[in-house]
Amino acid sequence: MSIGHALLGLLENGPRHGYDLKRAYDERFGHDRPLHYGQVYSTLSRLLRNGLVQVDGTEAGGGPERKRYAITEAGVTDIDGWLGTPEKPEPYLQNTLYAKVVLALMSGRSAQGVLDSQRAEHLRMMRALTRRKADGDLTDQLVCDHALFHLEADLRWLELTAARLDELRVVST
Amino acid sequence: MTELLVAKGLAKAFGPTNALVDASMSVRAGELVAVMGPSGSGKSTLLHCLAGILKPDAGSVTYRDAELSAMPDSERSALRRNDFGFVFQFGQLVPELTFLENVALPLRLGGMRRAEAERSAKVWMDLLEVGDIASKRPGEASGGQGQRVAVARALATEPKVLFADEPTGALDSLNGERVLRLLFDAARQTGAAVVLVTHEPRVAAYADREVVVRDGRTQDVELVA
Ligand SMILES: Nc1ncnc2c1ncn2[C@@H]1O[C@H](COP(=O)(O)OP(=O)(O)OP(=O)(O)O)[C@@H](O)[C@H]1O
Ligand SMILES: [Mg+2]
Repeated sequence: MSIGHALLGLLENGPRHGYDLKRAYDERFGHDRPLHYGQVYSTLSRLLRNGLVQVDGTEAGGGPERKRYAITEAGVTDIDGWLGTPEKPEPYLQNTLYAKVVLALMSGRSAQGVLDSQRAEHLRMMRALTRRKADGDLTDQLVCDHALFHLEADLRWLELTAARLDELRVVST
Repeated sequence: MTELLVAKGLAKAFGPTNALVDASMSVRAGELVAVMGPSGSGKSTLLHCLAGILKPDAGSVTYRDAELSAMPDSERSALRRNDFGFVFQFGQLVPELTFLENVALPLRLGGMRRAEAERSAKVWMDLLEVGDIASKRPGEASGGQGQRVAVARALATEPKVLFADEPTGALDSLNGERVLRLLFDAARQTGAAVVLVTHEPRVAAYADREVVVRDGRTQDVELVA
């Protein structure tokens, strides 16, 4: 997640203080990983340096928490570009699970056991996310569904691999 | 929790095909159990044996300490009618009847009078958000709507155990999840246990635990809920 772009996006709705931005970010995107104030202010000072935000007002006292930030023209162009550029899909080619299965087969351990315990672990996580989804708002549902679809993909791979263990045993040993 | 339904060492062959080889599982009152496994692994066969629809070649199924295969047929049908509800994988609604009549059917078979049965049926149809098509027939609605009606019908008798075989099969993701939520919420409210066959992990994740079937054998993966 590009924190800088997220903060810029939030600023498009109007100027905000740093603590206000942190709160808005945490609410929408920071469910599992809320921002530290340090991250917020270091990101804002970088955006400021690059001319993507400007200080819109300062309350008496000084210090970064007194400043109100607003997005600049350059900032709007930047976020336009970011939203318009697709994210690179994860290649998922570095697969620990695959390595574990092969090594279990090579060493005569139970590869089915590796797959089964992984499957149980994945489903446990999926159940927790499903419960969270049931109790949550739309944001929770969308965030959890994204994770659930990815975990489901892993599970499908585990199933397929379980069905091909005999084949794999021949080439691995 | 009490064990409501217990299957031990089930085997079932169809001619040369061994659909079940050694399947065991149990269902406790009020819990949601997912039955998973590859296509052809024996999930539907297991479900039908659990529900007393199929008679296993070997092994036993006991419901509240009574063995299904030892019951006289009439007693077993009464049990199916009164205590069990079904949502099947394939064709299930009577095409000649309206949706309302379909949902009211199991209640009428249980001896309820028509007006009362249809009133009650309507409540369940409303709950499944298909109350507005009560007077249509299965041929006049979408597959997904038919599936919702089938769920309403299964719930109408307030079964102790609801058996559902791929109940979201005909539904897209969003619709399917909605039906699942409605089904599970209703089951929780009425205290029904649910045995749900599915090959979709996201569907199974709604359950409290899962049983995996592979080549006619079960693996009861005991998971902490
Ligand atoms: N009535 C039947 N007559 C003959 N063979 C059958 C019958 N019912 C099931 N089988 C066979 O028994 C095996 C298990 O079938 P079952 O329907 O239980 O699988 P399943 O796990 O439910 O599969 P799916 O996910 O495709 O629904 C399959 O090989 C199937 O072809
Ligand atoms: Mg089936």
